Amino acid sequence: MNYSIALKTIVKKEVHRFLRIWPQTLLPPAITTALYFLIFGKLIGNRIGTISGATYMDYIVPGIILMSVISHSYSNVVSSFYSTKFQRNIEELIVAPVPNWVILSGYVSGGICRGLIVGFVVALISMLFAQIAVLHPGLMLLVAGLTATLFSLAGFINAVLAESFDDISIIPNFVLTPLSYLGGVFYSVDMLPGFWQTVIMGNPMLYMVSAFRYGMIGVTDVDIRLAIVMISGFIMLLTGFSLYLLHKGIGIKN
Amino acid sequence: MKALSIRNLKKTYKNGFEALKGIDLDVEAGDFFALLGPNGAGKSTAIGIISSLITATSGSVSIFGHDLSKERELAKSCIGLVPQEINFNQFDTVQSIVMNQAGYYGAPRKLAVQRTEQCLKQMDLWDKRNSVSRRLSGGMKRRVMIARAMVHAPKLLILDEPTAGVDIEIRRSMWKLMKEVNQQGTTIILTTHYLEEAESLCRNIAIIDQGKIVENSDMASLLARLNIDHFVLDLAEPLTLTPVLEGCHVEQTNEKVLEVSVPKSVGLNQLFSQLSAQNIKVLSLKNKSNRLEQLFMDLIESKSSQKTPLHRGLG
Repeated sequence: MNYSIALKTIVKKEVHRFLRIWPQTLLPPAITTALYFLIFGKLIGNRIGTISGATYMDYIVPGIILMSVISHSYSNVVSSFYSTKFQRNIEELIVAPVPNWVILSGYVSGGICRGLIVGFVVALISMLFAQIAVLHPGLMLLVAGLTATLFSLAGFINAVLAESFDDISIIPNFVLTPLSYLGGVFYSVDMLPGFWQTVIMGNPMLYMVSAFRYGMIGVTDVDIRLAIVMISGFIMLLTGFSLYLLHKGIGIKN
Repeated sequence: MKALSIRNLKKTYKNGFEALKGIDLDVEAGDFFALLGPNGAGKSTAIGIISSLITATSGSVSIFGHDLSKERELAKSCIGLVPQEINFNQFDTVQSIVMNQAGYYGAPRKLAVQRTEQCLKQMDLWDKRNSVSRRLSGGMKRRVMIARAMVHAPKLLILDEPTAGVDIEIRRSMWKLMKEVNQQGTTIILTTHYLEEAESLCRNIAIIDQGKIVENSDMASLLARLNIDHFVLDLAEPLTLTPVLEGCHVEQTNEKVLEVSVPKSVGLNQLFSQLSAQNIKVLSLKNKSNRLEQLFMDLIESKSSQKTPLHRGLG
């Protein structure tokens, strides 16, 4: 059977969903990040000086863009798939001859689209505050795409395992946000005391933010190849786990 | 050709409840088949397994020759399901719900547009195509689910209580539609609590109770096994004493209404002869309950009390 039409249908439905509710999905990150740029970048940043040769504003722009990509790719999939479960219209897909990999690809693609569109919107906002000439656009897009994929998969797993609306807010609030803020978005690893420099190397967000920052302004705290390998490894791991959950029907079938 | 073939199907839920205890069932292609049973009997579990919503513990399901575990996608492509409860996205428009379903079944856009229009017109929903589905009435929502199930022209349509909660006018129009769909060659499996619906629409029937098939035959021969008919008679004049009618059991519910149980061996002619002889004038007569309902109750009750079901004598 040809599954491209089914895949296209899911992706279109997902993209249409977040575009239809753009005041909830696209507008808030534009406003929040504009405030970040204004307060941290302009008002406080001018007193901080430079980090690794970059102005503080230039230093935080990549991190804030990637933080938006992470939170929106995750929240798109977790809220959409959980609502689908909650309203039971997941049954439309289970009854239809749609293989599990198509369901997963469709929802993850929706998350990637939203993550990248939000990232693009935030990048546009950042241009009001900083003039950045992107040094490695290919690498920047690759890291953004891989990161969006990874967190869409994580959102999917969260939605599959969630049994209530509380369950879909726990990970974003108590895991993603702290890891993002502690992942070198607002500071360099060098600025931390010795012990914490070692601890922060265990935060996977640091590798994504640093690789993305290298793509934009050529400054990094980590080995770029290691970062790409790490993100790809996590993607493979979460893809396998998501397909296992779908195959077993965990969280969606009796 | 068998539209559906089930062998030794078992389902035990995690809490230990045995919903299906090894059922066998065959439905021929083109049939209009009733799957009946009281609440909790196992019919929704059976339908859930056939439509892949529930995982079976053991046993096999084959749809138009495609084994559900080995040729899952091919088997699924033959099925259209109208579930018991509303399960579409309440924020989507009627048209997008049906169009998306066509897409899931791989219909190219042009065909999906055509089929969607055809199904929505057939369901009298074309004028509502751009309405957000949560704003529709209960009957319209049910018709959306039927349009959605039919958009890929399934060979086997499973209707799980499709007329629950809809008014009589819509129910009648849905019966007409179901008959038309069946006449066009689609096999239909219907579950319903309205036994009148099953009796008037279905040619074959299975009754499931406590996870087992307790009856599986054609409707005509099942109804022929009914030995006693129960009638309600409206009388022209009031009676002070309950009449005695030979071979029949009579109860007087009020002075102008009699409830009479008439064995087939007695028949209506003999009943009316006796009534005329006693100068009792009858204005109208109706069945106390639907015939299938009577059989159904007999079967279910006899299972719980382990009595012989259809040949009980009069009390």
